[in-house]
Amino acid sequence: MSLEILAVDDSRTMRDMIRLALLPAGFNVHTADDGVHGIEVLEGIEPDAIITDINMPRMDGFGFIDAVRGQDKHRATPILVLTTEAAPELKARARDAGATGWIVKPFDPTKLIKALQMVAG
Amino acid sequence: MSNTNDPMAEIRASFFIECEELLEALQDGLQALDDGDDDPETINIVFRAVHSIKGGAGAFGLEALVRFAHRFETVLDEVRAGRMSPDTEARKVFFQCADHLSDLVRISRDDGELPTEETAALLDSLNGLLGEAGIEEEADDAEEEEIDFQPAVLSLDLDLGGDDEEGSIPDLPPLDALPTAAPSGFTIRFKPDNDLFETGNEPFHMLRALDELGTCTVTCHLDDLPDLDALAAETSYLSWTIDIETDVEEAEIAAAFEFVDGLCTLDIKKKTADDVSSAPSQESPADEEPPVQEDEPVVKADAPAEPSPVPPTETPVADAPQESKAEPAPAAPMKAAPAPAKQAAPAAAKSVVRVDLDRIERLVNLVGELVINQAMLSQSLERSGLSPHSDAMNGLEEFQRLTRDIQDSVMMIRAQPVKSLFQRMSRIVREASAAVGKDVRLHTDGESTEVDKTVIERLADPLTHMIRNAVDHGLEDSEARIAAGKPEQGRVNLTAAHRSGRVVIEVSDDGGGINRPKVLQIAIDKGLVSPDATLSDTEIDNLLFLPGFSTASVVSDLSGRGVGMDVVRTSIQALGGRISITSTPGEGTTFSISLPLTLAVLDGMVVQVAEETLVLPLNVVIETLTLTNQDVEMVRPGAHVVRVRSGFVPLFDLGKELGYRDPVEDYDGSVVLLIAHEDGSRAALIIDSIQDQRQVVIKGLDDSFYRAPGIAAATILGDGQIALILDTSDIITNAIGSSGACAPQVTTGLTA
Amino acid sequence: MSDKETPTAIELLTFQLADQEYSLDIMSVREIRGWTKTTPLPHAPSYMKGVINLRGTVLPVMDLSERLGLKPQKQTDRNVIIVVNHGDVMTGLLVDAVSDIIALTDDDLQPPPEMQANSSPNVVSALTLIDERMIRVLDLSSIVTSVQSNAA
Repeated sequence: MSLEILAVDDSRTMRDMIRLALLPAGFNVHTADDGVHGIEVLEGIEPDAIITDINMPRMDGFGFIDAVRGQDKHRATPILVLTTEAAPELKARARDAGATGWIVKPFDPTKLIKALQMVAG
Repeated sequence: MSNTNDPMAEIRASFFIECEELLEALQDGLQALDDGDDDPETINIVFRAVHSIKGGAGAFGLEALVRFAHRFETVLDEVRAGRMSPDTEARKVFFQCADHLSDLVRISRDDGELPTEETAALLDSLNGLLGEAGIEEEADDAEEEEIDFQPAVLSLDLDLGGDDEEGSIPDLPPLDALPTAAPSGFTIRFKPDNDLFETGNEPFHMLRALDELGTCTVTCHLDDLPDLDALAAETSYLSWTIDIETDVEEAEIAAAFEFVDGLCTLDIKKKTADDVSSAPSQESPADEEPPVQEDEPVVKADAPAEPSPVPPTETPVADAPQESKAEPAPAAPMKAAPAPAKQAAPAAAKSVVRVDLDRIERLVNLVGELVINQAMLSQSLERSGLSPHSDAMNGLEEFQRLTRDIQDSVMMIRAQPVKSLFQRMSRIVREASAAVGKDVRLHTDGESTEVDKTVIERLADPLTHMIRNAVDHGLEDSEARIAAGKPEQGRVNLTAAHRSGRVVIEVSDDGGGINRPKVLQIAIDKGLVSPDATLSDTEIDNLLFLPGFSTASVVSDLSGRGVGMDVVRTSIQALGGRISITSTPGEGTTFSISLPLTLAVLDGMVVQVAEETLVLPLNVVIETLTLTNQDVEMVRPGAHVVRVRSGFVPLFDLGKELGYRDPVEDYDGSVVLLIAHEDGSRAALIIDSIQDQRQVVIKGLDDSFYRAPGIAAATILGDGQIALILDTSDIITNAIGSSGACAPQVTTGLTA
Repeated sequence: MSDKETPTAIELLTFQLADQEYSLDIMSVREIRGWTKTTPLPHAPSYMKGVINLRGTVLPVMDLSERLGLKPQKQTDRNVIIVVNHGDVMTGLLVDAVSDIIALTDDDLQPPPEMQANSSPNVVSALTLIDERMIRVLDLSSIVTSVQSNAA
């Protein structure tokens, strides 16, 4: 069973890291460079889970989550937020925006996979 | 890390490339801030750049980089949040930090020695900006970061939040714990709130996560479930009780519910001995994880290398089959089954391909061969006497056009904006002005001008030197500036522009201009010029390019490095470029570098001299003339000028200058090329005939072997023969040097 | 040169220069090609014959006789250019004619006797006898790398 994941991050390194962490575990990974791009990519796919960064140009992570939740078919798509801070306010804000969970960068590939499995099966 | 097949090494390499881009964005943003840009997005860009560097650095365990970036980011966040205003002092610190960040990036990349003192000093500056609160916060952060930087170690630590690191370490069962020890476990009561589903969380997955931690017995409570017609779509009615038989710590159990903390009613109780004995303890056959009790921590650490087992849906969680029917959340468990993914068509945002430079080089070379081949084919078809209107000749014309288009496109691949180069220079200005205690501001223009990548790389050193010179020698100190009625802050301009098929880069200052009497005196003292010489201003200015010339009477830290303008000139010439100076006393000095757009092709004029075919850069040829004897005047034996309209232009015989033949004696009917250089110098060159104008592929001459004066490079003609590409500037300066036509005083040096 | 245990096998390409036999280690020889017209380089030392097109690269060619201080080559169709590679720099050496490839061991080589420094010191690194003919083994590096100083 391969889960389809959309990873949105403006850092190429992060996108590469996510891909590197998930591909060997059999995930099917799509990437986007920022929130706006993420919404565009989302049109063509039906991801089982979404991973998004917060600080991004054009549309940040909060805006992106908002936009995703605004789409009927993605009201319950699990969304994990990538954050460098483990700050409780950030988690609260992400959750208010509709995020399912969070991963603290730099992430451990295992944790990422665990977290994805926890939210998306 | 040298293993290219190691994906981590590849990502690491790509991270450093990305860092360069981020550092560029950082510089841009800071520059915009410094220029008074108060668009909130500007500080956001600056913040993001630092933030992304930190994020990536964390992934590679580059601790020094993360630590510094974090502090920097914290301060920038204050600015972003409007709690701090980026005043002059702050902006100065930001620039220093950006420079230092860029150092740290490079040092981290090359595993170099960390400049700990400098880092510490800048951290202090940053803390200074933050004030007291910041320092306290730092202590916390340091601790937290410390823990967060454990990226490469793949542990099966299930803690997801990073909040309970302390708790997660004792998870490892004590070594003396007997595997047969009475299993312990927890009883968990879990009731989701309605909000839980709005965040896309799914109780089913949590239950399954628990199942991986031990043996679970799940009871689903349907008590609250209303009649079907009373079901509200998004209301949570179910709750669960889970009995888990495991010896993991409570923190790990809690971790499974981390994301829903606050979105549910959760009660985790450690089972007492009685509970354990009464708990059902059958092993779940579907449980792919070995019983935790037998699990050595070492084994766990290896686990992530393989895909984590994804249990089939029929795990003990299926004990609550009602869930799939009653579960009101839109995400039905079946969702987890692989809904055949639509072929993804990711929107093509600015899509960028990174290509190994070697591949481009290869392509450039191949296209070069193609151009030569096409020229050969043209030549042989022409010789075969085909009608110019024949299909073959028409087709050839098209072929020629396509070849040229391909060539242009290939060259475009190598072209890059000079921006990155200019940014490096802005740093040089900051450092140089600080070193000599002058207040200097760099103004740049034309940063988006594109130039061949190799040219950009090879310009860095000469430009650095010129910028340092401008700051050190070009600009006066503040007292002198004020005395001269100029603003105290000195100005250095760095501009790039495309001008008639070449790139012109100028470095200018608004300083005192070249001190010509002093320059001349130094040249005389050094024996470069005879004491009784009379030199024009331009000639004096050009003395700066003599090898070993340095105007600084006191060798300063900055410029006194034994590298003179002669080296700058040699490097520029090696790129097929020219450099010239103009200077106005009291107003400043401008160095102008003119470069070919690419190092690979040249628009050339193909001429014949003494049976040899030669190529001149087309852009230096301004006119062709056929002489009569009346046009030529002798200044003195061996030195002639040709009258062009009302002016006199020195006349040189190319055949003689190249040593190919004796000088022409009868000028009547001689073909002459009128040459002009960027520095305004002109000359007329006698040739035998003009053959063609065409683009030629530049082939380097290996001059470790023998460097021929006056020759810039070579090319291969349509007939396979090699033609030399002339460096007309070099030829003329050599000719002047040997004939003494114009500047008899200067016998060496200008040929540098 | 008298390592009795394992004499190293070497192969030499022998050729003629002004009726004398010279040779080069075959390992440094890339190819041998017929004489083609060179494009002369301005003001070059007379042994620099110029440059030729070797499949798209510009190859400098020198007259080896002249380089060694022998009388200049008379150009005939038998002349050939030996393309050698030294430290990644390719050079063409114009010789009268290529003779043979000989295999020997370094036992067969003897150092040239100490002589007074002459116009071309050290270019001959060893001597050997084949069929009673003396063959001079050239030291390529001294031929192709010290051009600059001679040219100056």
